[in-house]
Amino acid sequence: MRDTPLSNCERDFILKAIEEKRRLDGRQTYDYRNIKISFGTDYGCCFVDLGKTRVMAQVSCELITPKENRPNDGIMFFNIELSPMASPAFETGRQSELMVKLNRQLERCLRNSKCIDTESLCVVSGEKVWQIRVDVHLLNHDGNLMDATSIAAITALCHFRRPDVGIQGEDVTVYSTEERDPIPLSIYHMPISVSFSFFQQGTYLLVDPCDREERVMDGLLMIAMNKHREICSIQSSGGIMLLKDQVLRCSKIASVKVSEITELINRALENDKKVRKAGGRCGFAESMPQERITALKTHVSPLEMTDVEEKANEIVLRAEAPPQTVPSPVLPGPGTGQVGEGLQSSWGLEEEEEEEEEEEEEEEEQQHKAEEEVTCVAEEKRGVKMQPVPISRWQ
Amino acid sequence: MEVCGSSNPTLREFGSEQNLLSRPDGSSSFVQGDTSVLAGVYGPAEVKVSKEIYDRATLEVVIQTKVGLPSVKERAREQCVRETCEAALLSTLNPRSSLTLILQVVHDDGSLLACFLNAACMALMDAGLPMSCLFAGVTCAIDGDGRIIIDPSAVQEKESRALMTFAIDSKERRVMMSSTKGSFTVHELHQCVAISQKASDNIFEFYRESVRRRYSKSV
Repeated sequence: MRDTPLSNCERDFILKAIEEKRRLDGRQTYDYRNIKISFGTDYGCCFVDLGKTRVMAQVSCELITPKENRPNDGIMFFNIELSPMASPAFETGRQSELMVKLNRQLERCLRNSKCIDTESLCVVSGEKVWQIRVDVHLLNHDGNLMDATSIAAITALCHFRRPDVGIQGEDVTVYSTEERDPIPLSIYHMPISVSFSFFQQGTYLLVDPCDREERVMDGLLMIAMNKHREICSIQSSGGIMLLKDQVLRCSKIASVKVSEITELINRALENDKKVRKAGGRCGFAESMPQERITALKTHVSPLEMTDVEEKANEIVLRAEAPPQTVPSPVLPGPGTGQVGEGLQSSWGLEEEEEEEEEEEEEEEEQQHKAEEEVTCVAEEKRGVKMQPVPISRWQ
Repeated sequence: MEVCGSSNPTLREFGSEQNLLSRPDGSSSFVQGDTSVLAGVYGPAEVKVSKEIYDRATLEVVIQTKVGLPSVKERAREQCVRETCEAALLSTLNPRSSLTLILQVVHDDGSLLACFLNAACMALMDAGLPMSCLFAGVTCAIDGDGRIIIDPSAVQEKESRALMTFAIDSKERRVMMSSTKGSFTVHELHQCVAISQKASDNIFEFYRESVRRRYSKSV
């Protein structure tokens, strides 16, 4: 499926509007869209809505053997799935350029910045370490996938709890969630990426471009920062030439945005913690907005079972009788089973005399066997006549 | 013939939201208890020449799990959903075009295939694709004592000796698709079919109510 191409008049309109400092959705130059963070039922599942862009992240863990050159470090594995749901241009199974770019950026942002303490993931040095796997699924593409992905990934990592492990000498026991409370990962800092899009060879700048703006932009600058004003990663793509003070200005803007977003993430984590402690139900179901006209929910509904018995009887009566059962298998020898007689050879070979001899031998053998067998339906069939009986009705 | 050892068989609470994603032509989320699934539909759209059928639309179903790559189990489920949808859709109205249905697992707490079917039906409705009938998915489990449990949770599914999912159509409550696992007698099968047909009444009532609610206000 191909994405609908952007028409020339749309492109000209957007560029003209940017020159007049206007955006399609009425935002200011440095404004972010509404960010909404919600969590799923199990630990480590997080949804992020950046305007209409929707992303889901899931963190899971597994015990594996560590790398040889780093026996004391756990392993972080990142995977971004461009679901075909997000855009008609995304196809399953094809490693597109965008997928590689997003994956690499997320890895640089989270792994190379050492935001997670990998040494704490070690269980038995050189033998067993935790592998933390982060899967991010893009559900709806309305621009700025990188920012939404980075927010979702770091929030899911903060939300995740890994099973507790007990070591007694040589024995390692992994406790399940019921036995011992799972423990959170140790996270040093939260890197979040902020994207800047440039238009007209770097003259105009927009923060958090939406899908249409992304299609007409000249280049993109991505700065990943944490709230301590440390830059974790910078990436400039699209081939635009930027001046030094432009980059510095962008980093200042990024630090403001990152502190706002970090505040939002912490608030969401706090709320979720409170709800879980109070024992309330949490999950996708609960976060479904009820006041919307497109949403509806029912309660646990009992079923009317009064006439099910009659119905079931009816079905049995109306159903056709099952086909005649196949005769029970016979064991002519150890390791062999025989059901039915088999079809007569239809190859039409010319050595018919040999065939007849073989048939006679077979007859004798089978009659002999027939006498030996005690309970067998096929017995009757054999005893009657030496006619081949088809095992199944083929037609 | 005993029907349902448990005195009050119930469906877990379910809910759905339509049109929650802006890019797909139709989208829906369906939640049954803790199991939730997100569905998106694109179509009718351009189709690759290798996949085109001259007189009908080509339906493709993709199931995405949360963690890891899709395996044979997902492919088998894709087949089940695809066959049900093809039976319900009037695909001859859109020849040489493609319909793509994408299902994303959000949380699996049992009755997943039934949830896929329900989410698919709601997404197809949201996309406005013409269908000859609606369909609902119901899962039944038979536990070790021979009791039939409808809409089982993951724990109940694990302890069951047989698990069956049926797709029931809305016009005559007939079975469109059945997928079973485990061993059971013919009588038990008939009981489960009868129970599923009863349960599908609730689900069709829910569809009707959601659509009525959605179009209650004229734009």
